[in-house]
Amino acid sequence: MNNFNHYYDSEEIRRVVSVIVLNEDNVLSRIVGLFSARGYNIDSLTVAPIPQSEYSRITIVTNGDRRIIDQIVKQLNKLIPVLKVNEHQNMIEKDTVLIKFPIDQDISNIDVIARAYHGSIQNVTEDAIFVSATDSPSRVANFITVMQKFQPLEIVRSGVVAMER
Amino acid sequence: MKMTGAKIVIESLHKEGTEVVFGYPGGAIMNVYDEIYKQNHFQHILTRHEQAAIHAADGYARATGKVGVAIVTSGPGFTNAVTGLATAYMDSIPMVVISGQVPTQIIGTDGFQEIDAVGISRPCTKHNYLVKDVKDLPRVFKEAFHIASTGRPGPVHIDIPKDATINEADFVYPKEVYLPTYKPTTKGNKKQLKKALDALKKSKKPLIYIGGGAVLSNCAHEIRELAKRCNIPAVETLMARGVMGHDNPLLFGMLGMHGEYAANMAAYETDLLISLGARFDDRVTGRLDEFAKGAQVIHIDIDPASIDKLVKPDFPIVGDLKNVLESMLEALKEIELIDYTSWVKELTEYQQKEPLRYNESEDGAIKPQWVIEEVGHILGNRAVVSTDVGQHQMWAAQFYPFSYPRQFITSGGLGTMGFGLPAAMGVARGMKDKVSVNFTGDGSILMNIQELLTCTEYELPVINIVLNNNYLGMVRQWQTLFYENRLSETDLSIQPDFTKLVEAFGGRGYKVHTKEDFKIALKDAVESKKVCMIEVIVDRLENVLPMVPNGHALNEMTLLGDE
Repeated sequence: MNNFNHYYDSEEIRRVVSVIVLNEDNVLSRIVGLFSARGYNIDSLTVAPIPQSEYSRITIVTNGDRRIIDQIVKQLNKLIPVLKVNEHQNMIEKDTVLIKFPIDQDISNIDVIARAYHGSIQNVTEDAIFVSATDSPSRVANFITVMQKFQPLEIVRSGVVAMER
Repeated sequence: MKMTGAKIVIESLHKEGTEVVFGYPGGAIMNVYDEIYKQNHFQHILTRHEQAAIHAADGYARATGKVGVAIVTSGPGFTNAVTGLATAYMDSIPMVVISGQVPTQIIGTDGFQEIDAVGISRPCTKHNYLVKDVKDLPRVFKEAFHIASTGRPGPVHIDIPKDATINEADFVYPKEVYLPTYKPTTKGNKKQLKKALDALKKSKKPLIYIGGGAVLSNCAHEIRELAKRCNIPAVETLMARGVMGHDNPLLFGMLGMHGEYAANMAAYETDLLISLGARFDDRVTGRLDEFAKGAQVIHIDIDPASIDKLVKPDFPIVGDLKNVLESMLEALKEIELIDYTSWVKELTEYQQKEPLRYNESEDGAIKPQWVIEEVGHILGNRAVVSTDVGQHQMWAAQFYPFSYPRQFITSGGLGTMGFGLPAAMGVARGMKDKVSVNFTGDGSILMNIQELLTCTEYELPVINIVLNNNYLGMVRQWQTLFYENRLSETDLSIQPDFTKLVEAFGGRGYKVHTKEDFKIALKDAVESKKVCMIEVIVDRLENVLPMVPNGHALNEMTLLGDE
């Protein structure tokens, strides 16, 4: 018999947590401040208002052992403007990436590969080719790796949004 | 009716039943102070430092159970207040702190006396507000008092830009709060409670472990009832002193780093730890993986985040302690428990074998523990005892005979030196029928000494007992025990003349070297009804014992004579 934290599963896990918060001043800083003050990690964070409501949804990708994830959920719940915290188990996750390539790269190959990742060429200017793709976070990561050979100039990821199935 | 924001602040405080406010004026809060001048709903006590205003409101709240209120200005006024907020936050003290802010159009331009106050107070308050629109003020005040005093209590900070104190709005104070996102759980889960009681039925060595939450939840009666009816022994944390009452035969003292031998052994040997409003602080548990190692744990707390934070309980119950204990006592009527007499006897033997004690000094110097005992002997229940932080704090916790909750006012979680005098001031204001005694050290007292003047001005007869060993005693103790006696920057041989100092501030001073002189000084101090300072020259090298060295288990105590 023992009750102490080393009995927790100490394996690091990745978790996607949705936080429904009141739209008010400072609310994002409360969330982010909690993570920094207590030494928790944020891998990505997205925020947008929930249509026709006074709330916003914040989607946070984090990692830690079971004890840390439990504490993250509880500590978030403690914040006054937080309505609900959902630790996703079975969800659809989407991440978007924008990549800029020099104009002299092979545009047709870029296009073919982008399509394989639910993406496409968005824009072409005198200097650059712009591609976007929206897919699961791991596939977006693969896509970025694959695209390295076309010498990307800039890569911008949106962070994850998720919805429970 | 249209009112200025400043007037709304005053009316809101009045609606909340505020009888005293501690504070310090300044540019950004002047409109509110102008209204304070015109009103007669509450007393304003001008402290001489903003930190002291917050500690005074804190001491007032701890002693009376009401919400403490303090007002400061923007910028440095607010940054001075932060230590007070953090102190109250760590010990879950209900408070509302109002600060002025530069006008909204100046915010963000590095204006004179501007600081991001809500940014700074966020990690050390339960909640905070920046009220840019005067229309929001009544709602914010209603919410602030509600949030401060419900659930797990805590300080709430309201930052008000100067223009919001000038602008006008209709004053309608809300009757109820509308906070759909804030609903603390107060009733414990019945099924969980039943499981916990089933465990109690099987337990041979249950132990009640009482934390500060028991004081905040006002449930000392229920806890005493639980212990008595079932004959279960109990131990208290620093923050819970007084809950059981010192003469309760089922109380085995304070546990933790400077806990009593019997209390720490009880925590080591128990097979069922019943945690009531305690949070398994590291100063209490010692080495965590050895704490109550063979025990199942029932953890009752109003804050779900306290449960599972450090210890994974077998029976977590979220709810207000008083509510849960009432249900528990009801359910216990139908339960037959094992007779714990032999377990209580075992602990009594530990207590007799190794009671709290100290040796008289060979050169006749006064022992600090004697001073605490003597004050306890003379004032007992009549005193509400505050402390600063250090050796004297631990000796007070160990040796003062606390009889009721809220009798011991101390900074437990943050350990704030400079807390004692202003907190004792708040106690003196809130508990006029008691004697407000502040045990302090020669290090701590200098951290807010200017408040002696506040005591004089407002006739707050705080009796400061300075246990003077010419050291930062607790750090010196660690240096002696763990740093081969390298006394780095802890020798306080150069000191002011404390007697002259307190006299300069309008109070009475006594410097005593003997027990007889101390008795005379204390009697005189109590009768004088003035702020007093009794400087007691104590044995310089006395250590706080027992002690569990950092990183050790509770059964690995250094006892008197082991050093």
